[in-house]
Amino acid sequence: MSVKTLTIDNTPVAIAEGATILEAAQEAGVSIPTLCHLDGVSDVGACRLCLVEVENINKLLPACVTQVTEEMVVHTNSPKLQEYRRMAVELIFAEGNHVCAICVANGNCELQDAAIQVGMSHTRFPYRFPDRHVDVSHSQFGIDHNRCILCTRCVRVCDEIEGAHVWDVAQRGENCYIASGLSQPWGEVDACTSCGKCVDACPTGAIFRKGTTSAEKERDRGKLEFVVNAREKREWTR
Amino acid sequence: MSKKIVIDPVTRIEGHAKISIYLSDAGEVDDARFHVVEYRGFEKFCEGRPFTEMAGITARICGICPVSHLLASAKTGDKILAVKIPPAAEKLRRLMNLGQITQSHALSFFHLSSPDWLLGWDSDPAQRNVFGLIAADPDLARAGIRLRQFGQTVIELLGAKKIHAAWAVPGGVRSPLSPGGIAWIRERLPESRATVKMALDLFKNLMTSLTTEIEQFGQFPSLFMGLVSKNGLWEHYDGQIRFTDSEGNIVADGLNEDDYQDYLGEAVEKWSYLKFPYYQPLGYPDGIYRVGPLARVNICDRFGTPEADRELQEFRARAGGIATSSFFYHYARLIEILAALERIERLIDDPDITSRRVRANAGINQLEGIGVSEAPRGTLFHHYQVDENGLIQKVNLIIATGQNNLAMNKTVAQIAKHYLRGTEITEGMLNRVEAGIRAFDPCLSCSTHAAGQMPLHVQLIGSDGTVLNEVYRH
Repeated sequence: MSVKTLTIDNTPVAIAEGATILEAAQEAGVSIPTLCHLDGVSDVGACRLCLVEVENINKLLPACVTQVTEEMVVHTNSPKLQEYRRMAVELIFAEGNHVCAICVANGNCELQDAAIQVGMSHTRFPYRFPDRHVDVSHSQFGIDHNRCILCTRCVRVCDEIEGAHVWDVAQRGENCYIASGLSQPWGEVDACTSCGKCVDACPTGAIFRKGTTSAEKERDRGKLEFVVNAREKREWTR
Repeated sequence: MSKKIVIDPVTRIEGHAKISIYLSDAGEVDDARFHVVEYRGFEKFCEGRPFTEMAGITARICGICPVSHLLASAKTGDKILAVKIPPAAEKLRRLMNLGQITQSHALSFFHLSSPDWLLGWDSDPAQRNVFGLIAADPDLARAGIRLRQFGQTVIELLGAKKIHAAWAVPGGVRSPLSPGGIAWIRERLPESRATVKMALDLFKNLMTSLTTEIEQFGQFPSLFMGLVSKNGLWEHYDGQIRFTDSEGNIVADGLNEDDYQDYLGEAVEKWSYLKFPYYQPLGYPDGIYRVGPLARVNICDRFGTPEADRELQEFRARAGGIATSSFFYHYARLIEILAALERIERLIDDPDITSRRVRANAGINQLEGIGVSEAPRGTLFHHYQVDENGLIQKVNLIIATGQNNLAMNKTVAQIAKHYLRGTEITEGMLNRVEAGIRAFDPCLSCSTHAAGQMPLHVQLIGSDGTVLNEVYRH
């Protein structure tokens, strides 16, 4: 396998061909904010938080889905990127109905963490206050579309790890939503194995265990890694 | 020519309100209205949310008494789950409510109301507040502030936050009290008790000079409503509803919160966002009743703790039996703090208080639930209807301050009649009208389920509707 060499924020890195800029940055010890990326599943570049600047390319590229090339010069934290990232997070907040005070994920939310990381103190965009619904038809779990940021982690974790493909994205543009089954109530989707991986994968409080109240959401991310290792490497220890 | 006086906003209360005083052609006070001018819409926007979130959402109605909503909501949630919560959970919820009663009553007495009596009704309004009190009597002010801190810390020790702790949940509570928490409470109890006794002595001494206020501040017959325990003891968390009249006769007893619609009606007036609950058998507005400290002290047989019972005896001796003057709310509040402290002392000695068995889990087993508890300001009802998955379909909240609405209006009219001379709006008159309202310690944020600062606006309005005199105070 050939190796590509590049520099990220003036740090030289050598990494296998086919790796992404995000992986190379991790190798170089450079932190790039992410939200839709989840270790163990494929990347889709949905959130635009990991945008980076690559010299001689006149547009910003998502690090999670851009493969490294030889002699690539990457900048991850320029003032322009900081501005864009903050704007991306502001837009996410303005798009849905995010009320931290009463959210199950308050204090344990990757959207909150992202807002703090990018230095967002408020959103400059007017809130849309979309009319979205809550589906608690499943016996154990619920999905509150008000808190969904369309990262599609649930879609990928259910499809790629559990193999059930309960979730997918319905509609387009501002009407997009995460649909269960054939856009049925979640509780009526036979394909669902009630494994709970989507709860663990969800970065916000959108997918939650029923009965949890504000700030009570806990995630077991280690479980995802355990399942992948058990299946692929036949390792059953955590 | 008839006139109307408007006080807007009313100061040193929790929320935003204004007062209109209507004068007849002869220039005498004809009527007075206490308008609540905030609108919030909690009952509406909770629709569609999971019922498990309701405790967290409704606690946000108020920063002074979030615990009250938390408990009423959690109790409503218990009904939807159809569970009897673990004994430890009930004791822990009681402990938090006692902390809440202590801190809220201390705020009302020391921070909001005492400047009126201690600094004088007609003193400079710029100084007639807690800062003026700190300047005039720093020891008293410090003691009052520390008493409130004690109550707030009890809440924090349980729920990890002083304000808006989402700690009570349908089925119980999230966590017990730590041994460190018990030790802190035990250490601070003697000081808190000493403060409340000092305040009681101070208030009793002042009462001799406040005979006019006692006579004029909402002195009228009405029903009193609140919770009492099965054996008639003072109650703040559970129990059954009792109505008594001004002579102390029990009008209705053993009422269940589930049937509240049978005995409580809610009237609406165009000029206020605050509803007017009334006792249904007597109709509107004859079914006027009062809730809160005065009602609870009037309706109970006794407190069940020695020092509070001694104070109750003296209270009844001073009031001549049942206290009908709303000015006695202040007195009742102090006795309730004492009772709360005595009960806190008992609870921290109960081994259940550190039990880990504090939360019952269940699904949706009832599609409707009604929860009740005693907020510092009076009886609080939460009523939810949910769908089969537990999403809220309908919410009705009956708030303590709402239930005192008729009584507050009557109090304002009585004070205005006594103190208003001609069309001149004096500072002393303004303040006494406000103080009449303040005796009820109304929480308008809660009662309209509202926001904002409280400046004061009084309008004097003629019979033809023209504003003849107007005073603003910010």
